[in-house]
Amino acid sequence: MTPLQSTGPLAVGTQAPDFTLHCTPDQTVTLSELRGHPVVLAFYPADWSPVCGDQMGLYNEVLPEFHKHGAELLGISVDGSWCHAAFAEARHLHFPLLADFEPKGAIAKQYGVFRANDGFTERALFVLDKEGVITWSYVSPVGVNPGADGILTALDDLTARPAAGAAR
Amino acid sequence: MSALAVPVGPDDHARGPASAPVTLVEYGDYECPYCGDAYPVVRAVERDFGRALRFVFRNFPLTQAHPHAEHAAEAAEAAGAQGKFWEMHDLLYTHQDTLTDADLLVHAESAGADPAAVRDGLVAHTFAARVREDFRGGVRSGVNGTPSFFINGARYDGARDVASLTEAIATIL
Repeated sequence: MTPLQSTGPLAVGTQAPDFTLHCTPDQTVTLSELRGHPVVLAFYPADWSPVCGDQMGLYNEVLPEFHKHGAELLGISVDGSWCHAAFAEARHLHFPLLADFEPKGAIAKQYGVFRANDGFTERALFVLDKEGVITWSYVSPVGVNPGADGILTALDDLTARPAAGAAR
Repeated sequence: MSALAVPVGPDDHARGPASAPVTLVEYGDYECPYCGDAYPVVRAVERDFGRALRFVFRNFPLTQAHPHAEHAAEAAEAAGAQGKFWEMHDLLYTHQDTLTDADLLVHAESAGADPAAVRDGLVAHTFAARVREDFRGGVRSGVNGTPSFFINGARYDGARDVASLTEAIATIL
C-alpha cells in the first residue's frame, strides 16, 4: 500500500470548501452553484495515466446511475484545462474535469488530499449532500481504481435520508 | 468493495454444472483487449477443472471506449435467446477484430443462430436492458474495469494467467 502523503480527507459532516475552477480554457465551475444536487468529487492523480483513464472511463459509463440520484460528478486533477480538454475528447467523457492547476493543488490541499512529495492529488472520492456537506469520502491507493460501488451506496444513503425539516 | 453483489442465478449464462463446488464469474467486454487475453486462460481453466467448475459470464461493456462493445453484448444475448450464447461468446472472443454490425450477423450465423433475428434484436435494442442490468450489478460489485473475476463470490485480483487462476481455484477445492 502507498502511504498517504496528504493530511487525509476532510471529515464527514464538514462543509465542503467552495471553489471555482476551470473546466475548459474559457469556462469555470463553482461548487456552490450546484447546491440542491448531491455532488461527487473525484480527485485523481493525472490525465492519461492508465488507472485514471480506467477510473474516469468507468465513471463515464456509470454517469446515468449518478444522474438517477440527481447527482453531479466532477473530476479534479492538477492538470491544466487544455490537457483536460484533450483527455475528455479522447475518452468521450461527458462530465467536467476541473483544473486544480494554479496555484497547483490549492483545492486538493483544502480537502486534505494533496500528495506534497508527488505534486499531484490522492485518488480521493467525496460525496456531498444537497447542502454541500461531506457525507462520505474514500481515499484509494494511488494505483488502484476504486470503482463506483462506494459512491453509489453513499448516494443511496442520501436518497434514503429523510429531507431536512421533514422529521418531526 | 470486493464481493459479488448479485448472486449467480437462473438467468445467468453459465457453462458447467450448477452443482460445481467453484463458480467463476467474469464481468467482460467483447471489444476489450484484456478480456481477449483472458479468454484462452478461462478456457484452459475450464478444461482443467472440468465438472468441478462453473463459469458465468456477465456483460460489462465500456461503450465510450469501445464503440462495438454494446452491440456485441446485445448480439450475444440475442444469440443466447436462441440457445446459442456460448457459441456466440466464443466466436466474439476469437474474432475481436471483426465486431461491426455486419460482422456480428456473420458470427451469429456461424454460431448457429438466426442472423435476421439477431439483427432485429439489435435494431429494437431488445437486449439492451439485460446488458445494462449486468453492467449495473457489476458496478455494485465494485467492478472497476474489464475483465473482473469473482471466485465463489469473492473478488479475484491476482494475475490473469492459467497458473495463478488455477491456484486460486484449487485452494477452494
